[in-house]
Amino acid sequence: MQENNMRDIWVGLFVALGIAALTLLSLNVSNLLSLPSGQGYVVMAEFDNIGGLKVRAPIKLSGVVVGRVENISIDPHSFRAVVGMNIESKYTIFPKDSSAAIYTSGLLGEQYIGISPGAEDTVLQSGDRIALTQSAIVLETLISQFLFNKAAEGDKK
Amino acid sequence: MMRPVLNVLAHLGRAVLDALARMGRWFVFMLALFPALPASLLRPRLIVDQLYQVGVLSLQIILVAGTFVGMVLGLQGYSILATYGSAESLGVVVALSLVRELGPVLTALLFAGRAGSALTAELGLMKSTEQLAGMEMMAVDPLKRVVAPRFWAGVMAMPLLAALFSLVGVLGGFAIGVGLLGVDAGSYWSQIQSQVDFREDIVNGIIKSIVFGVVAVWIALYEGYDCLPTAEGVSRATTRTVVNTSLAVLGLDFIMTALMFNV
Repeated sequence: MQENNMRDIWVGLFVALGIAALTLLSLNVSNLLSLPSGQGYVVMAEFDNIGGLKVRAPIKLSGVVVGRVENISIDPHSFRAVVGMNIESKYTIFPKDSSAAIYTSGLLGEQYIGISPGAEDTVLQSGDRIALTQSAIVLETLISQFLFNKAAEGDKK
Repeated sequence: MMRPVLNVLAHLGRAVLDALARMGRWFVFMLALFPALPASLLRPRLIVDQLYQVGVLSLQIILVAGTFVGMVLGLQGYSILATYGSAESLGVVVALSLVRELGPVLTALLFAGRAGSALTAELGLMKSTEQLAGMEMMAVDPLKRVVAPRFWAGVMAMPLLAALFSLVGVLGGFAIGVGLLGVDAGSYWSQIQSQVDFREDIVNGIIKSIVFGVVAVWIALYEGYDCLPTAEGVSRATTRTVVNTSLAVLGLDFIMTALMFNV
């Protein structure tokens, strides 16, 4: 009986350890906790070009993640990309004239939306649209502009 | 003149027929085990005993192997990532490769070697000493009494072992990356948390480990149950368990990866 008891304890310990490992993996290693709790508010922003922005990309203010991209669609009239940004409700702090820009973290990193706060007193509410936006930098456009400028300089000489 | 050719053909034919017959017996074993499974859940005592044999006794090798695999991933990942100046993403490399692939697969391979071979040898010896036949004489169904609890224990133990493997692996990578190579501790974890998805990576990893668990125990139990009741037969069955489980796990892993992670 004594030996059996020891065995039960070991099995209990094993199962507890395993379940603890599963929970730790789910909570600490994956993004389960950093998901917005679903109680955020959605703000829209129109961009000319979103580059490689993906759904669930982070939205940052001063580098702090305040929300996630919820959906990306096309406005059929203006042909521009409309990005729905789900911002956590505890961050109802953005002035109405805030601007949004698409940045890349690092040279090869993922793209995210950075918000720069404006100066107005009224804050963005659910369903509002951010008017001032700056598109993602597309490397090819940048290079072709650079080459074009170089060529123009060459003509002048 | 024709004799050697005929001999070769006969060999080939015998091998194919043997393989087919074994697959048939495996299938029959499967069908017979299915109805025995629910009944054995009513006797948790037997399952707990097997969990000890299959799970607790495998802990040692799983934890040690997991730590070292994580440490190697940390070293190798760092040396490659550092050339691109993105050593901060070390955590993602370690965590994703462990959770998606190495955790379930290596756990299953170690599990086949540590627990599967033991299950086969145990069942094989029971068969060759006619304990299984004895049970049937006493109207005790060996499938319900002996095989099914081992099946449940294996299926339960595999995901837990795989999760432990991945977790100690991530910690091992942390120890090497942060402790030895000077990656920032904060970015190690934050990169992991922002890149590893719960549904896509963790849940798929768990599904994989459950499937591997089913496959590993199933092959081990079948080989033991089906072995020739001699010393040589048992030893052959044990070898077959390890070889077949490894092949099945690696093949299945490719298929499941292709289905799960739309690359």
